[in-house]
Amino acid sequence: MRTLKSVGCNQKVSVVKLHGEGATKRRIMDMGITKGTEVFVRKVAPLGDPVEVTVRGYELSLRKADAEMIEVI
Amino acid sequence: MGIKIALAGNPNSGKTTLFNGLTGSNQFVGNWPGVTVEKKEGRLKSNKEVVIMDLPGIYSLSPYTLEEVVARNYLITERPDAILNIVDGTNLERNLYLTTQLMELGIPVVMAVNMMDVVKKSGDAIDTRKLGEKLGCAVVAISALKGEGIEEAAGKAVQAAQSRQAVMPVHEFSREVEACLDEIETMLSGDIPEEQKRFYAVKLFERDDKIAEQMKHVPDISSIIEKAEKDMDDDSESIITNERYDYITSIIGESLTKANKAKLSTSDKIDRVVTNRWLALPIFAIVMWLVYYVSVSTVGTWATDWANDGVFGEGWKLFGMVDVPGIPVIVENGLNAINCAPWLQSLILDGIIAGVGAVLGFVPQMLVLFIFLAFLEACGYMARVAFIMDRIFRKFGLSGKSFIPMLIGTGCGVPGIMASRTIENDRDRKMTIMTTTFIPCGAKLPIIALIAGALFGGASWVAPSAYFVGIAAIICSGIILKKTKMFAGDPAPFVMELPAYHMPTVGNVLRSMWERGWSFIKKAGTIILLSTIFIWFTSSFGFVDGHFGMVDDLSDGLLASIGRGLAWLFVPLGWGDWKSAVAAITGLVAKENVVGTFGILYGFAEVAEDGAEVWGTLAASMTAVAAYSFLVFNLLCAPCFAAMGAIKREMNNARWFWFAIGYQTLLAYAVSLCVFQFGSLFTGGGFGIGTGAAVIVLIGFLYLLFRPYKESASRKVNVSSVNARRAKA
Repeated sequence: MRTLKSVGCNQKVSVVKLHGEGATKRRIMDMGITKGTEVFVRKVAPLGDPVEVTVRGYELSLRKADAEMIEVI
Repeated sequence: MGIKIALAGNPNSGKTTLFNGLTGSNQFVGNWPGVTVEKKEGRLKSNKEVVIMDLPGIYSLSPYTLEEVVARNYLITERPDAILNIVDGTNLERNLYLTTQLMELGIPVVMAVNMMDVVKKSGDAIDTRKLGEKLGCAVVAISALKGEGIEEAAGKAVQAAQSRQAVMPVHEFSREVEACLDEIETMLSGDIPEEQKRFYAVKLFERDDKIAEQMKHVPDISSIIEKAEKDMDDDSESIITNERYDYITSIIGESLTKANKAKLSTSDKIDRVVTNRWLALPIFAIVMWLVYYVSVSTVGTWATDWANDGVFGEGWKLFGMVDVPGIPVIVENGLNAINCAPWLQSLILDGIIAGVGAVLGFVPQMLVLFIFLAFLEACGYMARVAFIMDRIFRKFGLSGKSFIPMLIGTGCGVPGIMASRTIENDRDRKMTIMTTTFIPCGAKLPIIALIAGALFGGASWVAPSAYFVGIAAIICSGIILKKTKMFAGDPAPFVMELPAYHMPTVGNVLRSMWERGWSFIKKAGTIILLSTIFIWFTSSFGFVDGHFGMVDDLSDGLLASIGRGLAWLFVPLGWGDWKSAVAAITGLVAKENVVGTFGILYGFAEVAEDGAEVWGTLAASMTAVAAYSFLVFNLLCAPCFAAMGAIKREMNNARWFWFAIGYQTLLAYAVSLCVFQFGSLFTGGGFGIGTGAAVIVLIGFLYLLFRPYKESASRKVNVSSVNARRAKA
């Protein structure tokens, strides 16, 4: 399974499914990362975490631990 | 009959600007009952009958964050006459997500599409008519910053409110989901009005317990949910979220025409540099240095000196020429002129003016800092601070934004604590408030100088060690506290929007500065005033020769008696002398008082800032280890009244306030105990009961620090306590 965590900078992927449950999952989905959404990985923070992605036309930052819940192709 | 309109929208959608534009100066700022979420209310400039309630900025009506729970409880229980939904036109898709949820409440909604000027400039176009059709509400294009279209939007909202028509949502989900929702709707009891059925059906389908709790009759729909979850291979909450975004994706093409998106926007160009892998940290350091340099060490110090030594001191010179007497001087002359009783004069001058003045003296410096904070927040850099620093701070249960309160705290803890307001997450904010004052502030430096000079021959390691103790206290506290029940649960998901950079308006920055400053000043008038009067009373009254009355000598006062009564508590810490206890207590008014009190108690009328005169006497009465223990205690224990007032203000909850103060004092006691007992042991003292106690404390401390800890999967606990508190209120 490929997750958003393993996607390198400047790559575009498509969301397959969100794993996990509860508050974190709902929050990620509320912010627009849902099935089929295109996500562009823009950059990684200077200390290696979190990452910045472009989704639905805006910039979002999320931790790698949370990015691991997002299955992508 | 007044009309109530709720202003709802995403964070960074320009909600505050619109609210300020609509209400002008007719605002009331407070807190929602029992929580730290800010509540703002105002009256429409053009029609005073209309009250606008500014809801917290939210992305969704989920049950998981404090802001969202506060907002939706307001919408469900108060049922405003209309909702004015502000939507960021440059970020339409995600903003419409909240709109689809608001539309289901059955309350008339008017949508204001903000930042229309930016949208046009970038060559995009939004068809507001089409958008309104697809979502079932009136849509107005506005630019809150330029004030364009805002009156029209408000007018439409008032119209919608006056029509009192129940509205039904027009957006639709997929056939399977609609079938489930229809079925649930038919099972709802008759006391739910027709227009609200959709909302309750969706919430029950999402298994939203908070809503179920508020319903009189909850139908059993578990079989419907389970079937749907199996068919669609997802949990019901995610099914609904997916459906909402799918609907938005299906309509966005018709309403939004995008220009060619080849070139980078200005904001993107700025961000490329500012959060660049190599440049981000140096730029961050420069920005922080600038904020610190201006608001703490240069302008801030001038402002504080002017306020403390000038306005609340002997006087100051206007433009360097005209002498303006200080408030105490003016009041003293006035009181002398009317032959005021000496005790009353002392109460007013030494008690109230000296005490409250010491606190209000920080206000000018705070205002300078608040300008910076408001600017950094409004321009979008604050979100980047969290982005850059998150990795370090989250290990101790703090937020990346905790860096700023702590940096400011090295100057003064009061603005430091107030700066914690930029942290959205409730848990991170509380943790930051509790730990910020561990960093030695400017007023603690004289204590450090006193101890270093008197007992360590001015050794250069003492001052850095104080900062080290402060930082260690923050880190250890973060780790210990995040494992306690009060902070239990997941660290909040750090899923944060990085808003586009933009230049904030001067008006918004100044307004934000003043709101924060004023809320502190109000505090100074209550809790701080009472506390300073108490200290004044106990230090200037006492029993002399069996008579109760005013005393000239601090050592005859009630405070000295209290000190003598409490001194035994500090024996295990190595400074069980009543004079040290009294010094520590007077430190609560302002930490630098500790030095002055030693001066008075050792018989010097006036001492230098570092108390050089009392060095000899102090060295004779204390061992070096005891003195260091005294220093540590004063660094970590409850801060001065001003900072306590700020903690009270920011916690907005008596239980949390006492928890914070109690924790700080307990930690100070435990650390000082260990310092003194182990210090004595290593410098040749024997192993006694105290040493045994210190060993036990140390083991307990290490246990709390290293005990295994599992983060729980759900954060629902925190939010339900809010509901309970709301119900009581």
